[in-house]
Amino acid sequence: MLSNLYPEVPLEEKQRLFDQVKADARFEDYLYGCYECGICVAACPSARFYDFSPRKIAQTLAREDIEMFYEQMNDDIWNCSQCFSCVRCPRHNNPGGLITIMREVAVTNGLRSTKEALAGYTRIIYKIMTTGTQVSPDMLQEDAFPDWGPQVKEVASHLDLWRRALPPETLHTTGLSWQVEERTMLELYTIWKLTGVLDMISELDEGLHDIMEEVMDDALEDQGFTIA
Amino acid sequence: MNRISLPMAPRGTTPETGRTFSPDPDNAPEEDLREAIAQLGREGEWIVQPVPEPYYEARTKYGRIKKIPFEKTWHHKSCGQCGHIPGYSTSIFWLNRFLGYDYFDPRDQTSCTAWNYYASATSNQVAQAAVAMRNFSAAYETGYYPLIHCGTSFGHYKEVRHELVHNHDLRRKVRDVITKLGRPFVMPEELVHYSEWMYAIRDQLKSRVVVDLSDITATVHPACHYYKLQSGDAIYDPEIYGGQRTAAVTAVVQDLGAHVADYSTWYDCCGFGFRHILVQRDFTRSFATMRKIEVMKEEANPDVVLTHDTGCVTSLDKSQFATQAHGRNVGVPVMSESQFAALAVGAHPFRVAQLHWHSTDYRPLLAKMGIDVEGAWAEFQEDLSKIEKGAMDYLTWDAVL
Repeated sequence: MLSNLYPEVPLEEKQRLFDQVKADARFEDYLYGCYECGICVAACPSARFYDFSPRKIAQTLAREDIEMFYEQMNDDIWNCSQCFSCVRCPRHNNPGGLITIMREVAVTNGLRSTKEALAGYTRIIYKIMTTGTQVSPDMLQEDAFPDWGPQVKEVASHLDLWRRALPPETLHTTGLSWQVEERTMLELYTIWKLTGVLDMISELDEGLHDIMEEVMDDALEDQGFTIA
Repeated sequence: MNRISLPMAPRGTTPETGRTFSPDPDNAPEEDLREAIAQLGREGEWIVQPVPEPYYEARTKYGRIKKIPFEKTWHHKSCGQCGHIPGYSTSIFWLNRFLGYDYFDPRDQTSCTAWNYYASATSNQVAQAAVAMRNFSAAYETGYYPLIHCGTSFGHYKEVRHELVHNHDLRRKVRDVITKLGRPFVMPEELVHYSEWMYAIRDQLKSRVVVDLSDITATVHPACHYYKLQSGDAIYDPEIYGGQRTAAVTAVVQDLGAHVADYSTWYDCCGFGFRHILVQRDFTRSFATMRKIEVMKEEANPDVVLTHDTGCVTSLDKSQFATQAHGRNVGVPVMSESQFAALAVGAHPFRVAQLHWHSTDYRPLLAKMGIDVEGAWAEFQEDLSKIEKGAMDYLTWDAVL
């Protein structure tokens, strides 16, 4: 059945996004066709809890069904768990990898559904891009993880002391997962800038981009780190 | 609540079918990427960092030999392990010291950033490869060899390696970035996960076990990103599950003397979801408990769940608290096999395994292992008191070995 969920979006725009997905160097490695056997769906955790199907992703891309593709870009891709259980595919398709590419295109183009899916996630992007570590001990707060039980409160209330009771010297941290050298962080900032990742964030969250750009530029400038 | 009794081979369990996969490396369905890596090294595309000797020769899925270094390892830490379940990494380091191995715990290391990439896609192919190659370069410059703690880092780096070998344009772009950083462009001869190192040292651990584990039943969750991404490069052993599933974790746990029980949803992921664990945990909680923990409880009734990746320990452990409110059949402690192995050879449950960072009650397990939980906790409290009073700044390695 043809998708008609987004009739207000011109077909040319949907085609433009599809072309970006197809132009990714990994696309041809990830899609070889589909037997419609459903093995990927049987293995998929997200398919058990959402109206989601890795088989439909592979089929849609193989058929170049632009309308369905656009629907999936908005309604499906953020349900994927990225576990890659779907690579059990007998045709060697990689629906999870295809979704990675689709997500990347969705972020680069600032789709509204993507902004909504990542609305609560931006603090993590800030953490990983500015510190080089994804989750830090001080993120373990009762209000952030109420479902993890009273043990989170226990950790939070003893955080500094418990971190000092860790034998590895690199782990005496609360704001980072481990001690990261300044030069290492500067090199990471350089990578984000040289590869266009920092620019990519501006499509997702302009405020976040501006804050991170300032943090990175100031640090690079302070240390005389220049990007050729 | 019936334990599934599997026929036991001398060093392993075999599936009920009894079928054994006999791999033939000469007829493997996938290329051996390492030959291409070496060739690119000979052509001057990059420096290939050799695995330091002595190394263990393990078999991968299709029977190829993979070199696992025993020491001179550069520990590529995991942000989730170090940040939220630090007994995981501490146990890996402790085991190195316990066996007298030389290793390096670097500060010149970033996360692989793959958790973020799989959660939000706020990166791209060049950036992800540049992060990997910057870390490999940092390891090379120390003279130590990368040992990757996180299953996702390991899987993602294998993906990156595959892309770099096959995509010259990508390789050129990434090399330009690394050159601008003033670093050498280096690819390790092998990508090695810490659980492969655990597999390599299992005999040495076996001879040092001080805790009787014969009454302990464990279920093993094999981590998706360890063996599903670039699947040919994971450890398999005909004596473990007939060579049909990865031997990582299971081989170690059995050699330590514990019973590994099977369960039907072993292939399912843990429910981590990368984005879900942080901002959509209803999915994670449901999947981790209903498809994993409850099935394990019903089919194997384990004393402990053991796995070998950051996200898996987190999802399977932390998800159980809220699920108890719904009266579900949960309540099994979860930890890495590195923590379990450390305990088995005499490590302290709080100074080393740092189990107080875990959510699900681990005390019944420790008691069943014959470990004095209250006494150990009192000792740890004394450590904390000394730190608080300034009698010592930190808990040191000298105090825990």
